Amino acid sequence: MALDLMRRSASSTPAGSLSGPTTEVAKLIDISKCIGCKACQAACLEWNDLREEVGVNTGVYDNPHDLTENSWTLMRYSEVVADNGNLEWLIRKDGCMHCADPGCLKACPSPGAIVQYTNGIVDFVKENCIGCGYCVKGCPFNIPRISKADHKAYKCTLCSDRVNVGQGPACAKACPTQAITFGTKAAMIAQAQTRITDLKERGYKNAGLYDPPGVGGTHVMYVLQHADRPQIFAGLAKDPTISPLVDLWKGMLKPIAMVGIGLTALAGVFHYMTKGPNRVDAHDEEAAAREMRRKAS
Amino acid sequence: MTNLWMDIKNADVITIMGGNAAEAHPCGFKWVTEAKAHNKAKLIVVDPRFTRSAALADIFCPIRAGTDIAFLGGVIKYLLDNNKLQHEYVKAFTNASYIVKDGYGFEDGLFTGYNAEQRDYNRSSWDYEMGDDGFVKLDESMQHPRSVFQLMKKHYERYTPEMVERVCGSPKDKFLQICEVIATTSAPDKAMTSMYALGWTQHSKGSQNIRAMAVIQLLLGNIGMRGGGMNALRGHSNIQGLTDIGLMSNLIPGYLTLANEREPNYAEYMKTRQFKPMRPGQTSFWQNYGKFFVSFTKSMWGAAATKDNDFCYDWLPKLDVTYDVLRAFELMHQGRINGYFCQGFNPLMSFPNRKKIAGALAKLKYLVVIDPLQTETARFWENHGEHNDVNSASIQTEVFELPTTCFAEDEGSLTNSGRWLQWHWAGADAPWETKGDIDIMAELHLRLKALYQKEGGVFPDPILNLVWPYKDPKKPHPEEIAKEVNGYVLEDVPDPNDATKKLLTAGQQMPGFALLRDDGKTACGCWIYSGSWTPAGNQMARRDTADPENAGLAPRWAWSWPANRRILYNRASADLNGKPWGPSKKLIEWNGTTWTGLDVPDYGPANKPEAGVGPFIMNPEGTARLFTRGMMRDGPFPEHYEPFETPVGNPMHQKVVSNPVARVFRGDMEVFGTAKDFPYVATTYRLTEHFHFWSKHVQVNASLQPELFVELGEDLAKEKGIRNGDWMKVSSNRGSIKAKAVVTKRMMTLKCDGKVVHQVGIPIHWGFTGATKKGYGANMLTPYVGDANIETPEYKAFLVDVEKINVVS
Repeated sequence: MALDLMRRSASSTPAGSLSGPTTEVAKLIDISKCIGCKACQAACLEWNDLREEVGVNTGVYDNPHDLTENSWTLMRYSEVVADNGNLEWLIRKDGCMHCADPGCLKACPSPGAIVQYTNGIVDFVKENCIGCGYCVKGCPFNIPRISKADHKAYKCTLCSDRVNVGQGPACAKACPTQAITFGTKAAMIAQAQTRITDLKERGYKNAGLYDPPGVGGTHVMYVLQHADRPQIFAGLAKDPTISPLVDLWKGMLKPIAMVGIGLTALAGVFHYMTKGPNRVDAHDEEAAAREMRRKAS
Repeated sequence: MTNLWMDIKNADVITIMGGNAAEAHPCGFKWVTEAKAHNKAKLIVVDPRFTRSAALADIFCPIRAGTDIAFLGGVIKYLLDNNKLQHEYVKAFTNASYIVKDGYGFEDGLFTGYNAEQRDYNRSSWDYEMGDDGFVKLDESMQHPRSVFQLMKKHYERYTPEMVERVCGSPKDKFLQICEVIATTSAPDKAMTSMYALGWTQHSKGSQNIRAMAVIQLLLGNIGMRGGGMNALRGHSNIQGLTDIGLMSNLIPGYLTLANEREPNYAEYMKTRQFKPMRPGQTSFWQNYGKFFVSFTKSMWGAAATKDNDFCYDWLPKLDVTYDVLRAFELMHQGRINGYFCQGFNPLMSFPNRKKIAGALAKLKYLVVIDPLQTETARFWENHGEHNDVNSASIQTEVFELPTTCFAEDEGSLTNSGRWLQWHWAGADAPWETKGDIDIMAELHLRLKALYQKEGGVFPDPILNLVWPYKDPKKPHPEEIAKEVNGYVLEDVPDPNDATKKLLTAGQQMPGFALLRDDGKTACGCWIYSGSWTPAGNQMARRDTADPENAGLAPRWAWSWPANRRILYNRASADLNGKPWGPSKKLIEWNGTTWTGLDVPDYGPANKPEAGVGPFIMNPEGTARLFTRGMMRDGPFPEHYEPFETPVGNPMHQKVVSNPVARVFRGDMEVFGTAKDFPYVATTYRLTEHFHFWSKHVQVNASLQPELFVELGEDLAKEKGIRNGDWMKVSSNRGSIKAKAVVTKRMMTLKCDGKVVHQVGIPIHWGFTGATKKGYGANMLTPYVGDANIETPEYKAFLVDVEKINVVS
């Protein structure tokens, strides 16, 4: 499956598909099958040759404690007492939802730093990223993180490199219980329906598919035991939409985008003013070395 | 496992109790999610904690650690009271109808024959009444007051749902809901699988925990069935192989047992091992014991093993007592063992009562650690502050470290829980000076041999005569060893039906164990593995995924012992006429002339159904034992005993609180704590993010679960002023640890015998080497007491106290 561009950030003309229409893909995360083993987290780190720092325990199983520039996916654990009095341990794999209408891409002022392929995958193109962080503000799911090492934005790529050569994402491959599966969006929706039927038979009367229309649907979907209350799954947005501010910004930024280089400089100044000069520590060096290796390979 | 991993997808009900498959066996757990998604299976989880397995359960029920037999006894009573039995199966395939001797009894927590001084039973009354014909007496109506069935009914009368709740703290409604679901599998064409692991074994009555579920499975007719069985989930990729190949201090390969001191010669040894059938016409497969034993000693000593010298019987050690790990460390502690080869083990972190273990290692003259990783055991002498607070200068033990390959760096077979021997090839070269375990053992042997040759010695024969036929004596190839283990023919054996033909030809690989001989003409390293490397080649390397009828057997993938049989006792999957109990449960059937089907029959293929040969061919009865006779040291029926440290005493019999025959060494009894000082129940366990003490050396795993924590419930946390992420101290009567607090709804407050019981969970994975934050081992706290039958330490239930502490970091 070749990756053709459908959209490009801060560019007036969408890059049309060269090879005709492409089938939309999706990753389906079935929370009712997830055992929270973190194999997906490990697979993500391994495939993308990233390493997370060895942190501390803060009283929960979530490690690291939030998404980072290295951890593009994260298991989030919620203990919920259901209406029938039974305890439920809901474990949600968090990460980029690959919205059909991506707020990050809309918010991005740097031409071509965020792209959307015709198969629906939303990808960050590092070379074009200016590290302004607007994608973070534009994301209705609070996903992108800015690297402390190179000050660029990072998030799940839906393994676009693997998908490009006909493979599924690394997390889906590593998942032992098939809680994560990957295929065409239509197939994933159909599969979700069989799971929802099973869950309803087991008493989860509000089981359902999470594919929120407020962002045009997503290319990462969940099967939820309680689709009526996505918030109980570690704060999953109930009706996510792109912040109206994004459109406002877009209006202001479009002209500036024409002077891309100037903007980059501006962003640098802005960064210096808000965060101070860059300091390189051992951790940065290690991350940089890793980055060099990745480029080389 | 009686069954295999894949077969779990065929289950109608899955009970995870005494284990936490999602956590410790995430890859195998996929078959649970398959059964749920495609077989409408119900998942039951019973555990002291709401675990990762519980996250996917249809019904979860909490239980106080160490009270499983009370719970399971309650299930037995429920099945008996509500007549939820697979009647035909129970009557024909178990010993329910057998009559027990008149002297047998049970009163106030003790079976007949107890000797308090020796902490042991005289088990002679725990047996069947024999008829004049030399066979067991039985009453097919099962009404005889001394029939196993009636005795069992009487024994479990006390295990009411109220008693279950009182002992276990498990809410009665949840317990009954579970009984109801379990009982659905009494239908002949339904099956429940029991998935358990160290949550049942690591108790002072571990073997009986498993027995109790086995009784339930037999009453329901779930053994030998697709989707059924007693399925022990082994904790290492090859721990099944470890027991199979006899790496236990009292075993030789293939579950043959070492002789004891009272068996001075081969004839005496064989007297108690070649069981004669106890019912007419039964297989009693151990009648072949001699063939397996002689073939084993022939593979060890070849030509030196002759009929005249009892095939070198005298060269094998004779046990005075069992030398399990607890005894080994007790003897080190006493200064009676002073050298220790530690291969693939990390006892400083693994064995109970770390203080005692560290003290024992410090008394050694030398310690050899053979391991791929820098273990804490190899560094026990190094001071790591509070995490290993020793005075290095005072320790004189000389430590040798021999780095070995990891599993991915060598070739060989691994035996999984489902008894599959799967061949694997090296995926990477070994780094630096690393050597394979085989190479290290080979050099040790050759150097010892050279010393014996040079200097002689008291008893050089077993070393000097050991068969060592390898192309490169210093580097035996795994293939050479695998062939030896399978067995080979030493001398031609003519075909008894046709003198012009040969049954076996010298030099050939054995085709399987059926043709092994006790006359010295065959050699076989491990009889149950015979068939794994036949004249047709390496069966373990087979990779055919074909799975006829989607039965979950994949019969041509790798090789399963015994005889590539995928489900043990599979004769029991068919009714008395040889027809499967249900179409979805088809395994083997009688076609009028022979047994045939999807699996290799665990049965004489020509045994007509009407001949009444029982499916449990290893037992001289031919049936499965609801009543185990004298086979278990602590009783023929499982009985509830409290852990050695208990918060409540034993509500079922006040005087006999804990297992009266569990082994406790002098000095260890004294360091048991009481509920007065240590009011909370603690249990220990693994986490998915880590594998024992290995994966903490891996940066990725370390980042996923970086720091030691302890889990406690919200009520206890509130009482103690402990908040999420606080530092806390957990103490037992043997030591204390510091850890981060994980305050969770998943640790539920229970009420047992009228008393509020809080439970505390302690994962095991931290130490002072590796990439994680340094942490204490749970074995700072655990008690030194072993199961009555197999001496597994009681890691899963003991008493602690907890308090909040302030740590300046």
